[in-house]
Formats: sequence, structure tokens, C-alpha cells
Amino acid sequence: MTDDTRSDISLRVNDATYQLAVDNRRTLLDALRDDLSLTGTKKGCDHGQCGACTVLLDGDRVVSCLTLAVVADGADVTTIEGLAGGGELRPIQEAFIRLDGFQCGFCTPGQICSAVGMLAEHAAGWPSAVTRDDSPERTPELSEEEVRERMSGNLCRCGAYPSIVRAILETSVREAVSK
Amino acid sequence: MREFAYQRTTQIRDALSSVARHDGARFLAGGTNLVDLMKAGVESPARLVDIRSLALGGISESPDGGLVLGATATNSAVAADPLVRRRYPALSQAILAGASGQLRNMATVGGNLLQRTRCAYFADPSEPCNKRAPGSGCSALGGAHHNHAILGWTEHCVATHPSDMAVPLTAFDAVVRYETLDGPGEVPLSEFYLPVGDRPDRETALPDRALITAVVVPAAEVAGKSRYRKVRERASYAFATVSVAAALDVQDGVVRDVRLALGGVASRPWRARLAESALRGGPVTAERISAAADLEVAAAEPLRDNGYKVTLARNLIEAVLTDLAASSGAASGGAAGNGAAGAGEESDG
Amino acid sequence: MNANGITAAVGEPRPRVEGRLKVTGSAAYVADVPMPDLAHGWMVTATVSRGRIRDIDATDALAMPGVLGVLDHRNARRLNPDAAHHFGPDRGLPMLQDDAVPYAGRPIALVVARTPEQARAAASALRVTYDAEPHDTEFSMNHPAARPASTLFGPEADTGDLEAELAVSTVVVDEVYRTPEENHSAMEPHVATAWWEDGHLYALDSNQGPFSISQVMAMLFFIDRDRVHIRAEHVGGGFGAKTICGAQIILAAMAAEHFRRPVRVALTRRQVFLAIGSRPPTEQRVRIGAGADGRLRAVHHHAAFALSPLAEYIEWCTEQARTLYAAPAIRTELSAVPLDRLPPCTMRGPGATPGSFAFESAVDEVAERLRIDPLRLRLLNQPAASPVSGRPWSTRRLITCLEEGARRFGWAQRDPRPRLRREGNLLVGTGVAAAAFVAGVFPASATIAAETDGTFSVRVGASDIGTGARTALIAVAADALGVSTERIRLHIGDSDLGPNPGAGGSRGTTSCAFAVTEAAKALREKLDDPARPVTVTVDTTPLINWRPAEERNTYSAVFAEVTVDPATGEVRVRRLLGMFAVGRVINPLLARSQLIGGMIGGLSMALHEESVRDPITGRLVTADFAGYHISAHADVPNVEADFVADYEPQDPSGFNGLGEIGNAGVAAAIANAVWHATGTRHRTLPISLGRVVETAAPRDRQEAISAV
Ligand SMILES: Cc1cc2nc3c(=O)[nH]c(=O)nc-3n(C[C@H](O)[C@H](O)[C@H](O)COP(=O)(O)OP(=O)(O)OC[C@H]3O[C@@H](n4cnc5c(N)ncnc54)[C@H](O)[C@@H]3O)c2cc1C
Ligand code: SF4
Ligand code: FES
Ligand code: FES
Repeated sequence: MTDDTRSDISLRVNDATYQLAVDNRRTLLDALRDDLSLTGTKKGCDHGQCGACTVLLDGDRVVSCLTLAVVADGADVTTIEGLAGGGELRPIQEAFIRLDGFQCGFCTPGQICSAVGMLAEHAAGWPSAVTRDDSPERTPELSEEEVRERMSGNLCRCGAYPSIVRAILETSVREAVSK
Repeated sequence: MREFAYQRTTQIRDALSSVARHDGARFLAGGTNLVDLMKAGVESPARLVDIRSLALGGISESPDGGLVLGATATNSAVAADPLVRRRYPALSQAILAGASGQLRNMATVGGNLLQRTRCAYFADPSEPCNKRAPGSGCSALGGAHHNHAILGWTEHCVATHPSDMAVPLTAFDAVVRYETLDGPGEVPLSEFYLPVGDRPDRETALPDRALITAVVVPAAEVAGKSRYRKVRERASYAFATVSVAAALDVQDGVVRDVRLALGGVASRPWRARLAESALRGGPVTAERISAAADLEVAAAEPLRDNGYKVTLARNLIEAVLTDLAASSGAASGGAAGNGAAGAGEESDG
Repeated sequence: MNANGITAAVGEPRPRVEGRLKVTGSAAYVADVPMPDLAHGWMVTATVSRGRIRDIDATDALAMPGVLGVLDHRNARRLNPDAAHHFGPDRGLPMLQDDAVPYAGRPIALVVARTPEQARAAASALRVTYDAEPHDTEFSMNHPAARPASTLFGPEADTGDLEAELAVSTVVVDEVYRTPEENHSAMEPHVATAWWEDGHLYALDSNQGPFSISQVMAMLFFIDRDRVHIRAEHVGGGFGAKTICGAQIILAAMAAEHFRRPVRVALTRRQVFLAIGSRPPTEQRVRIGAGADGRLRAVHHHAAFALSPLAEYIEWCTEQARTLYAAPAIRTELSAVPLDRLPPCTMRGPGATPGSFAFESAVDEVAERLRIDPLRLRLLNQPAASPVSGRPWSTRRLITCLEEGARRFGWAQRDPRPRLRREGNLLVGTGVAAAAFVAGVFPASATIAAETDGTFSVRVGASDIGTGARTALIAVAADALGVSTERIRLHIGDSDLGPNPGAGGSRGTTSCAFAVTEAAKALREKLDDPARPVTVTVDTTPLINWRPAEERNTYSAVFAEVTVDPATGEVRVRRLLGMFAVGRVINPLLARSQLIGGMIGGLSMALHEESVRDPITGRLVTADFAGYHISAHADVPNVEADFVADYEPQDPSGFNGLGEIGNAGVAAAIANAVWHATGTRHRTLPISLGRVVETAAPRDRQEAISAV
């Protein structure tokens, strides 16, 4: 039955398609890192608790450590490596550098991917736990408090949070449009 | 993690028969709990039957004005749904109070109800735990149980159910719909989670190998004025210490309908029926709210290190109901309570 | 270059030189570097707190696909039992040597396989049985095993007649404060890839000091240090947890030798919690006597911490008591309590952070009892020279920090009485604390080559674990050489680059900056000769003045505003401001980030962090980020950190380190603010909601509803 435990999958990652034979146990995170050498996506906990492995799966931010690679078969994955198209940094990446939105940099790919996904969620009118007027007619204003709540799945032990929030708010308009 | 087979299904029937045919086969939805526990060695399915391609992701209105939440609808989709937000705000708020944005994008309605406890001993196969290994003992009882149950536990297990979403669903009398090879079935959420008894490993009334297809939330006017408040160890996401889902309908100063459920206090979402009946039909006053809160927690039996949860549960019931009463314009003029300073202070110590 | 010898680079707010790599995911951390023929080791840890391994049955594991073998005490090579690190011999370093289990979480085997999934599956198929022995993991300062701590950092203070001064004090505060075991939780879990070639050991290892790790590894494996080559280019945080020679590199090196191929050992988050040392719990008794005039008369700080009998360790909590305030009598005592626990490991602001929580809370209690403004009390007792040694300060800008911080924070408007400010259901309070952290440099070497293309290659064994060392040292080198930063090529993170203390003790960057400055000086003398390349190496060992006439510290004043919901016990920090005196600042953008990060660590410690052990088994229960909470976005307000003008005369360039002063002081400021909000003193960290929630229903709720 060993054959049952492996699968041939196709992943579209950062606009390139890859055919892979994976152990069904392999997570998307490990497949990206070990099979595709896309090591920008980090493993901070491997249990969905830190956000370092955040990628965009068909446009939604997810934790790739709890996503099995076989489950992502046929899906479109965007990782940190795919955000800077053609070597051109996105506004949010540029703002992270300028405002020093990181120190060790280990949580940074996850923070940035999460921010991109989060801004799309906000643009779609999704509320958050701190949205006060949560009536469906209103798109909540993206305040510092909103950004903090929506980004709280991304831990940063270096404590770069204030500059991360600033970088996101500074570029939110441009980033939301460019998605 | 043990090796396993993986299969994607698009037909409910295929999913059911595959799980019936293969020993150790399990449904996989968002995977945020199952994959997590597989890594920890707590779960070791031989086969995963991926149900996310089943046509169960919809959120729709039921004929009576209630809602049908498809089993594979993501937590994010339910929380953002305009009907949910308008008619059951506490449900949207509860989901948003749980986990992180990334996890909510993965987690599903069915998986959320069936997620396992966050008791640390449960997640560590090297520790005794009756829920994971029946008969091995409960490590939390004499161990670290700061965030364990204060209501409805037995010496066999003192764990709490971690779901936020299930708390307002319990308050709103939701019903779980499932499908088996023998046909469909339903079970009200109030009967879905089994009492702990001496078999904490048996958690739900869902028949073996049944597939949850939807959760039906009946229409309830009161739910339109509902609120979820969750207290947790930090402001950022964490599992509940205590949470409260409440709905209050006040007309002419009198409680017409009230719904109240607690999270984080028991092995299942705790429907606070004592408090509800103490309030229903009477005037809404500070004393009555306080008394109802006291009444509900009077039965609490804290463990060595979690007595604070009794106080917290009591205060939280009071706070949420007070907020709802205050924001319900209908209460104006009706409430007294001025002269009764101290009425709320006779809670247990 | 201007007359002061200062060019534009130092003092400029420049973004990190590796910024682009980090925001595009192309900075290569240890686990990102591919390696041909790599095997994966999965660590197995002991599940009893004390005992002996009866048996490890690997039959099933060895039969599993991809498994190359299992290393345990029966087949592992011998390691040097006397290997030592900076606190002396550490019997915990030699792993897999015998059947003894000295603590739960002790690595007892390594399963090696072709893929990590295979190694993990096989590891869980290993059947380990133990003969458990009674253990003792329960810490208290009155534990019978308590003994005086090592005096490696110098003798404890004892000046004046303590009891006599206490006897004549108007108020005496005598309280006990507690901080729990805390975990560094750097976001990058410890990982190493090791291989051997011709009797040389090579390793990529996530650590804070490749050179010192190479020394320990050489000792452990009985080889010359120059046969050990350790690199750590990008490191995902450390906070002290990567100063030690971790299980990952020891096991990877053993396995690489045994299986004759490169082996990677990547610890899981859980294993980091279980097998990498953390900050020990402390219990501290503080007695302070003061006169009605607010002058401190007697200061007694007795701190105790837990450690393991396997290794010496110092959690130097008593530093604040001997530095911050003048008093005619000062006594400090430090006790160590050996328990069946994992050896602790220095964590951000070691000693000072838990120590200042206790000491600066006690000082606040003195102010409370004297009904004196706590800021005023602190200003009133500033010493002109060290109250213990009598030596002058090389620089001390603490008063400026306190006064400037108070001005920006709006302290003057504060009503000192507790539980007065309310906003709806919330109680609001503010608090202040001061902190000091001992500064200095360790020996380091730097090599600079003037290259033929006009650039300068600077080689120094520094680590950049997020400190900004890379960016800072480029600026320092450029200024010292009198050239622009573009002409500097910096090489760091490699044990082959020469002796280096690594990033620790707030001394990494200053020590390296010293070496780079001296090397540049020496090189400039040779530049008249046009021959290129020309290289100089300077080791600062002989240049360091180990007995300076003046005491050298960095200082901070921290101000916090909190809200407390007494009905739920929820405490939120609304404002946090730190003013710092840290010498001349190399790069204010990065320095500010580091200080803010440290302050957030302090916030996290004040409100959330606690490693919980099972009271019966002694095992860690909170071994993940769901159980061990650290502050995340929603817990963190706009934190402000700024510097007062300062210059360290003991450093050739005026620098001091600032890696740890950011942490110290914050927990006390927050605890003091919680007292101000609620009227309740929290002497045990963390100030979690179960400790804060109040039984009585607040009156305002009644008012709120009756007003409806
Ligand atoms: C770090 C972290 C933090 C979290 N915080 C919170 C929180 O604060 N509050 C909260 O409520 N939750 C929290 N969660 C839990 C999360 O909400 C659940 O893991 C999630 O809802 C489970 O849904 P899923 O679809 O991923 O389930 P899966 O993991 O796919 O499945 C869970 C179980 O349900 C079974 N199953 C799934 N769907 C069906 C179905 N339709 N029919 C029959 N069986 C089915 C599976 O076989 C499995 O046994 C957290 C999770 C993590 C990892
Ligand atoms: S509380 Fe329940 S889940 Fe936790 S150890 Fe006891 S039996 Fe297991
Ligand atoms: S590695 Fe996936 S959330 Fe931490
Ligand atoms: S930058 Fe180090 S963890 Fe965020």
C-alpha cells in the first residue's frame, strides 16, 4: 500500500507550475522549502501558532505548516519570493525596509504575506474582532487597532510590531489596489 | 506522523463509503486541528478523505428565515457573511474572536465543532489522558489546570471545549445535520456534545463515520441583538479563558427573550439555562442580572487552581447582559436598581 | 571628516544593509541552506524529570522506511565530560553518554533518516522505558538546597549597617517578589547542519557566537579549535538562547560523524522549549528602609534563582540595588537552588530584568507608603558615585532620562493616589521605573584588508541576530577608515574570522566596534605604502582596561499607562515610553527598533509569559505558543523609545551596548501602573487576568444600567 501514501501533484507557485511526487505527510511548507527550494517561507512553530509560514493560497492567507501539500494540488500559491515581481519591490516591502519593520527578519516573510492577504480581506469588507460598527453595510476603517487585530496571528519576538503596523498603514492603499 | 493515503472526493456518497470501507479513515476539512494532532502523534489516520471539494461550502437562508451553514464553509466566510452579521452578530463575533486570520481562512464549520480540546496533556502522547487513551488517567486533575473546566466535569476529565463558534450556536439552538450511508440525520447542538461521564473519549452524539453536512440556525429575533465577549490571556488571539454569548430582547423594560451560553468553562459550550429562566419574563434590572449571573455559577466546582474562572464567568455574564440591556433602547425607563447598591456583591468569593 | 573625527555614517539612521534580502525571503538562515546527501536527525527527549533509561527499543524504528539508524548512549561516541562554557564546566553538554536522566526534556536519542518525515515517524516508534526516581523541581528561595550563587561576576554588596539603618527608618518595605521561568522564544527554532571532512568539523548553526560555540565544540569532540568551522550568517533571533552550544549542533556533529554524511538536526518548537535552557524562576526578598524625607537609608535585596546541578549559572538580579540609588547601607545576596531542571540560560537582560521588577516595585512601594511621588523619590536618591564601590560613574544620564521621560509622558498631571482614574468600566493608571545595565566590552579581533579595487574587507566574528550589527559595523568601519560605507565589505558570522564574544551581554556590537576601530587605526598607518592588498589584524585583549576607575552602565527610565477591567482582570498597556542613555548611538533607526523590541519583551513578561510545570511530574506543560503566550500585535501599543545625549568615555568611539537595557524596567513600570490603576500590588509575574479579576461587582455597572 506504500503507493497510496504518495501522490503526484501539481502546484502553481509564483506563476510557475511544478509537478511533484510527494509523501502525503509532506506539508505545503516543507514542499515549498525542501522540494522547490523556496526557503523564504519560514517554519517558526509548525503548528499554526506563529504565522511565520503564511502564504497566499488561491489568494487567501493560510498557514502552510497545517496545509498538506497534496491538499494544495492544483492550487495557486504565492510566497514571499513571488511578491516582488521582476525584482521590483512592492510598496509594503519597501516600507518594511525604510521603517525598519523587522530585526532578525525571520517572521518577516510571514508578516508581509499576511499583510497582503489581510488588506485584501479588509478591502472585501470583512470585519474583525475589533470592528465596532460590524453592520455588513460598512467597510471598517483600517485603523491601527484594526491592523493590529487582523495581524495578530503573526508573532514577532524581536518586537518589530509598531513599525510593521506603520508600514502596513502607509502602504495599505497602494497594496490593496495592487492585489 | 504515520504514513497515510489521501483522497479527494466530490460526492458525499463517495466520501461516506470511503470512510466506511477503510479502517482508520478520517474526513479532512481545513486540517487545522487534524493535521496539528497528527504531527503531535495524537491522531494517526490511515487515510484522509478530503471533503473540501464537496458542495457543502454554501451559506444560505432557510425557509423559516434561519440560516444553513454548509459544513465546509470557512470560518472566515461565515463571519463575513452579511446575513450572519445582521441576524446573528454574536456568531460572527465569536468566530472573529477565535484563532488567527490565516486559520479562519482554513477552518470550517464542521471541523470547528469537532475540534478537540486544547488540554496540553491531551496533545502529548507521553502523558496519561483519559480522553486520548481511555483508562490511563487524567493528568490535569492534579496537574496544571489553570484553564480547565469549572462546570460539568468529572474526575475522568476536566478539559474544556475550545470552540468559540459553538458557543453562540448553542445559545441559538442550532442543529447539526449529518449524512450517513444509512441516510441523513439531525442532532440539536444542545445534545451534540455528550456529558463527560466516565468516557471522555466519546465526545459527540454524531454517529460513527457520519459526515456533518450543515449546521442549521433557526430564526430567532432575539439573536439580532446578540453579543459575544471573550476573555483570554492576551489581547491577541488565544483560546478562551471564559467567553459569553448572549442575546437579549427587552420590550417595555421586560425581558421577552434571552439567550446565554458560556465558553471555556466546561467540556461543551455551556447553555446558561438557569440564568435565562431567572431573567425571562421579568424586568431588566441590575439586581436581576447580577442574581442571574450568581445563580448560573452557583453550581460551579472549581479545581485547585482555577477558582478565578468562577468570578470571571459571573462578572462576564453580568457585563455582557448589562451592555445588551443598556444598548436596548426598549429598556429605558423600566429599570430601577439605584437603591440596590451591593446587590451584585454577594457573589461567591 | 570633521574635527571630531566623526563622518556621516555613525549617528545616521540607515536602514539595514540586508533589508532587501529579508523582505524578499532571500536571506539564507541555517535551515535554508541546501546540502547534498543530507540526512535528517530527529531528537528524542526524556519524559521523566529524573531517573535512568531502562531500555530504548529501536527494533520497529529501525525497520521503518528511510531510517539510517539511531544514536543513543549505547552507541554514541564519547564526548569530553569536562567541556566548559563561560560559567565553567557544563555536564549537560556531553549528550547521549550514559543512561542518566537529569531533567525532563533531556535529549536521549537521535533518529536519523533520509527525510524529516521518516525520521519523525521513526522517532515516535522508539520505545523508551525508564526507571524513574523521585525528582525535585519545585523552586523556592527557602528550599533546603539553596546555596550562595557563584561570585564569578564579583562579590555581592555589603556596605553600612543595614539593620541599624532599617531600625531608624520611618517606613520599611519588606516584600517578596516572584518571576516565573520564562522562555526566549526566538522565532527561528534552533537548527544545525553538520559534516566532517578530513578531521575538520563544519557546521551551519543558528547561534549568537560562532567563535565561542567552536571553542565548546572543539572541547567536546577533543579536537583543536581551528578544526571547527561554524557559520551563522542570518540568525532568526536569539535573546540569549543561542549563546549556548545547543543540542542541535552537538547531536548533528555526532550523527554526521557516525553516519559519515551531513546531518541536519532541526528542533521543533516544542523541543526548543524542552531542551534549550530558559530564564530561571526567581524569588526575591527586598527590604528598603527610608526616612520621612524620602531618603533611602537601607537597601537589602536577596534574590534566589533555580539552576541545575549540572552547570553553574548566575541570574544577577541584585545589580539594580547596588547601582540605582544612594543609601548608607546596601546589602545584596544571591542564592542558587539546584533542582532537577534543565540548566538555565541567560535571557534578554539577564538578572536585571527580573531583578528590576522586584527592586523597582519595592521602590514604588516605598513611595506609596511615604506618600511621595514615585518619580520624585527616584530623583531624590540619585547617587553621585557608586553607592557600593564609591567609584564614580563614567557617564550617568539617568536623571535626564527620568526628567525628559516625565515631561514627554505628561507625568506632572498625574494624581499619585491609586484607583482614581476611570474610563467607563476601566481603571487607568500610570507607573514609572528606572533601570541600569552594566556595560563594557569583551575581547574581540578584527581583520581589515585594503583591497586592490579600493574596497576594504572587514572580517570580524560578529553575529547579527537582528541587532543590526552588520549595518552598525559597516558604519563604524567606514568612519574609522574615513571612507564611505559603499567601500566596506563586511564578513561576519563565522568562527574562522577570529576570536569574538558573539552577540551577548549587550556587548557584541561594542566589542566588535572596538576591534574594528583599532584595526582601522592600524591599517591607516600602513596605507601610505601603495602595495595592495594590505591586511592588519587587531585583537583587543591587551587593549581592554579590566579595572577601570569608573563604573560603566547604561540607563533607562520607563513610563507606562495601563487600563484594567476589574470585572475580567484584563490588563492592557496603552502607552509605553522609554528614555535611554546608552552612550553614543551608532544608528538611531536600528537602535530604536532594538530598544522598542526589548520594551515589548518586557511588556510580554509583565502580562503573559510563564512556563508552567506540572506540579506532580515536574514536566513543562506550556511547550508551545498556544500555551506559552508572548505579546503579539494586538497587545502592543505605540511604543516610544528615545535617547538622551550621551557619550561613553571608556569607549574610543563613545559607544555602549543596548541589547538588553530595553527589557529591564518595563515589567516594574507596568506593575506600578497596575497598582496605580487598581490599588492592588502585584508582586508575582505575570500579571495575568486570574490574578487581577475582582470579586465584587463594580458599582459603575449598576449605575450604567440604572441610567438606561
Ligand atoms: C493556533 C490555533 C489557534 C486556534 N484558536 C482558536 C480559537 O481561539 N477559538 C476556536 O474556536 N478555535 C481555535 N482554533 C481551532 C480551529 O478553529 C479549529 O482547528 C478549526 O475550526 C477546525 O476546523 P478544520 O476545518 O480545520 O477541521 P479539521 O482539522 O479538518 O478537522 C477536525 C476534525 O473534524 C472532523 N471533520 C471535519 N469536518 C467534518 C465533517 N464535515 N463531518 C465530519 N467530520 C468532520 C475531522 O475528521 C477531524 O477529526 C485554533 C487552532 C489553532 C491551530
Ligand atoms: S482533562 Fe481530559 S483531556 Fe486533559 S488530561 Fe484529563 S482526561 Fe485528558
Ligand atoms: S510555522 Fe506555521 S504558523 Fe508557525
Ligand atoms: S523580526 Fe525577528 S521575529 Fe520578527
